Amino acid sequence: METNKFTLKIPSRSCNESFARVTVAAFATGLDPTLEEISDIKTSVSEAVTNCSVHAYPNSIGVIYISCEILKDNVLKIKVRDKGCGIADIEQARQPLFTTGGEERAGLGFAVMESMMDSVSVRSKMGKGTTVTMKKKINRKDDAR
Amino acid sequence: MQINSTGEVLTVYLKGEIDHHLARGMREEIDKAIDYYMPSLLILDFGEISFMDSSGIGLVMGRYKNLKKNGAKLSLVNLNENIYKIMKLAGIERLAEIEKGA
Repeated sequence: METNKFTLKIPSRSCNESFARVTVAAFATGLDPTLEEISDIKTSVSEAVTNCSVHAYPNSIGVIYISCEILKDNVLKIKVRDKGCGIADIEQARQPLFTTGGEERAGLGFAVMESMMDSVSVRSKMGKGTTVTMKKKINRKDDAR
Repeated sequence: MQINSTGEVLTVYLKGEIDHHLARGMREEIDKAIDYYMPSLLILDFGEISFMDSSGIGLVMGRYKNLKKNGAKLSLVNLNENIYKIMKLAGIERLAEIEKGA
């Protein structure tokens, strides 16, 4: 079966956070998600994309690559990739409340992604960039009835 | 964003979406109002917020710290399910009183 997918390439301007999450949410509507699932997807994408603009490219505008794919069994796969500075210690970065983002960042980006998606994996190389891959199984509204 | 002050109580009616991009402007406006009105209680009303990510937690934590300097309290009202879920995840109920929406 042919799977559906798309890729998106956007500059890491913070105004694109909204565009990114709305685009992924629109793609996900093909899976007939509930409102809560849509909200979880939007929030998780927003976290991942914000990480790119705040951390991956702190002093410049780089490119954020977002790709989405529908896997079998109604699983949505979202990949958010950057070619930024990389994460020195992934374990530490994933710890709730850890942040290098200053006073106004809660340090909960990864914790939010983990609580809303079924799986979150992070690959990173210093000076090369970071890839966050998230998966979420969408329970079709119709099947729930 | 609408701001209403009745002496002791400052109520801020947040509007739209809260992400990293939009939180900055909200933060500045709320802090300006706190400095001006010096309330003993700040109520943040989330009734008109259609989306929020963890930037909203940062926004709340930052205002909490700001209020604490003057011994003022913080209360969050009209949270929808999704916003409530994110606040709970962050343990915000330890810093502020939380009231879900209808």
